[in-house]
Amino acid sequence: MATAEEVAKAAERRDVRDRWLLSAPALLVILLAATGPLLIVLVYSFLTPGAYGDVKWQFSPDAWISVFMERDIFDDTLSLAAAHVTIFWRSIKLAVVTTLATLALGFPTAYFMATRSEKTRDLWLFLITIPFWTNLLIRTFAVLQIIRNEGIINTILLKLGIISAPIQILYTDTAILIGMAYVYLPLMVLPIYASMEKLDFRLVEAGYDLYATRFKVLRKIIFPLVKPGVIAGSILVFIPALGAYVTPVVLGGGKNMMLSNLIELQFGQGRNWPLGSALSITVMVIVMLALLAYVRNAGKSGVRHG
Amino acid sequence: MNWKTTATAMGLALLASTGLARADGVLNIYNWGNYTSPDVIKKFEAKYNIKVSITDYDSNDTALAKVRQGGTGFDIAVPSQTYVPIWIKEGLLLETDPGKMENFKNVAPEWANPEFDPGRKYSVPWAWGTIGVVVNTDAYKGPADTWGIVFNTPDELKGKVNVVPEMNDVIFAAIKYVGGQQCTDDKAVLKKVRDLLVAAKPNWIAMEYNTIEKMGAGDFKATSDWNGSALRQRLANAAIHYNYPKEGFGLWSDNVVVLKEAKNVENAKLFQNFIMDPENAAGLSAFHRYANAITGSDKYMPADMKDAPEVVIPADAKPKGEFQKMCAPETQELYTKIWTELQK
Repeated sequence: MATAEEVAKAAERRDVRDRWLLSAPALLVILLAATGPLLIVLVYSFLTPGAYGDVKWQFSPDAWISVFMERDIFDDTLSLAAAHVTIFWRSIKLAVVTTLATLALGFPTAYFMATRSEKTRDLWLFLITIPFWTNLLIRTFAVLQIIRNEGIINTILLKLGIISAPIQILYTDTAILIGMAYVYLPLMVLPIYASMEKLDFRLVEAGYDLYATRFKVLRKIIFPLVKPGVIAGSILVFIPALGAYVTPVVLGGGKNMMLSNLIELQFGQGRNWPLGSALSITVMVIVMLALLAYVRNAGKSGVRHG
Repeated sequence: MNWKTTATAMGLALLASTGLARADGVLNIYNWGNYTSPDVIKKFEAKYNIKVSITDYDSNDTALAKVRQGGTGFDIAVPSQTYVPIWIKEGLLLETDPGKMENFKNVAPEWANPEFDPGRKYSVPWAWGTIGVVVNTDAYKGPADTWGIVFNTPDELKGKVNVVPEMNDVIFAAIKYVGGQQCTDDKAVLKKVRDLLVAAKPNWIAMEYNTIEKMGAGDFKATSDWNGSALRQRLANAAIHYNYPKEGFGLWSDNVVVLKEAKNVENAKLFQNFIMDPENAAGLSAFHRYANAITGSDKYMPADMKDAPEVVIPADAKPKGEFQKMCAPETQELYTKIWTELQK
């Protein structure tokens, strides 16, 4: 006869086994859909490019070297890959500026929404989500129609006689920023609104009762309490903005490459799949480092209240 | 709709589907988007009782990569001449020997034995064209038969020129402009090319494919472009002119090939033969707006294409045209580096 201890052990073993079996489908999906393709990208980055696309199964560190270093094709000197650094820097700058712009626009919007009556809140939320129903490409082309030389803004200004020649907005950095801010704004508003909605506005009243200025209330009460929403929104905007492909091409005219264009070039006309793979992994590492730094910083300076 | 009509419609749909099932076969075509005349396809389907399906691709590299993976289910593809030798070398094509087909006698002599497919063992001409310079003469009235419009932009056009971002085409044009040979790996020439491109870029407004709409709306006043695209622009705005650069311009052609993995080989061969018929070739041209390589097709061509300067190369410009070739991989690598530097 089994002792009570053995029975307990057997039950525990069964329990462990059941847990594994139950989580197996999820693990399988993660393995096949997320980790698997990434592993292929990693392996490809260490191979030799095939003559006309694809890869040759031959180990080569060249792709990784050329991510960071470039051999000048004219004087054969090895130097830091200035072109890559410029393109990386441009994409990172755009992502940061987009995040700041959407934050500047999104924070007041979320505050406005959260301070409405409960009935109208749903309507505002609905209006914010409407753009999500259409494709990104269509939204970008809509912005193009508004800002182009024959677009709505220029036509109205010309008709009113305010300007005599159309203002060139399309194909400038401003155009890219307008498009990016518009496209990613909902991703910033929604998480901030979610935090803001839970905010106990009695705390704000208490702040005023204790003679805090409006700015002080914003800085010391509202902002610390909705910080999780701000962090989530910033992450949600920053990551896709870094890999933005369509918006810079359509509104910026494709003269200056973004990271995503550089990677696409390697898989298309450049026919250097290993370099494309290595660049892709580099982007992921940058995103990961940025997130780690951001989250750690945000955690450190976290508010001590309550 | 009442129940009776619904029932009739369903009955008809059923009939139609069984009708399809009774077709003698199918043919799966893999071609560039917006490039295949629906009328000609309908005619082919009716004549041979074959159901045709068409799948689009957007670049030679996409098509090549996909077919190389295998298992596509496609019977026919339409690669550009620069890529045809790669498809042959990689063993992706079936030797259907179109040179011996019935309608081959219609192929114009200069297209009967091309360098990219000697003796036409694999391919049948689909369309061909040129790459030149398009200028809106309302904005610039000076001589425009030069790549200088793009690389040494006149003041009137500064900030209004677009360049179609096809790496090989742009580098080809730049090499011609500095007086080099296509596919050159001569560092002295390439250095000139790089300096030329980098100095020219500030005068460009964009590097985009969408030229028909943007030239029409006036966002661009000049662009490098394909001739068929230029034709459509002129039909929309008579002030837009296509020019053949005197430094030399590129000629291209797209060609119908049968894949080795094709399941409907006989139908694919029928199709290759079918489009070499003058009337059918003209039907294809009427849709994609490029010239075909079939003698006798002129009399079926639409009126607005017969003497179009975009389609019929003027005699004095003709010798400046040159078939674009695929450059060696090492050379291509140099070009990619120049291209990255240009767009950084």
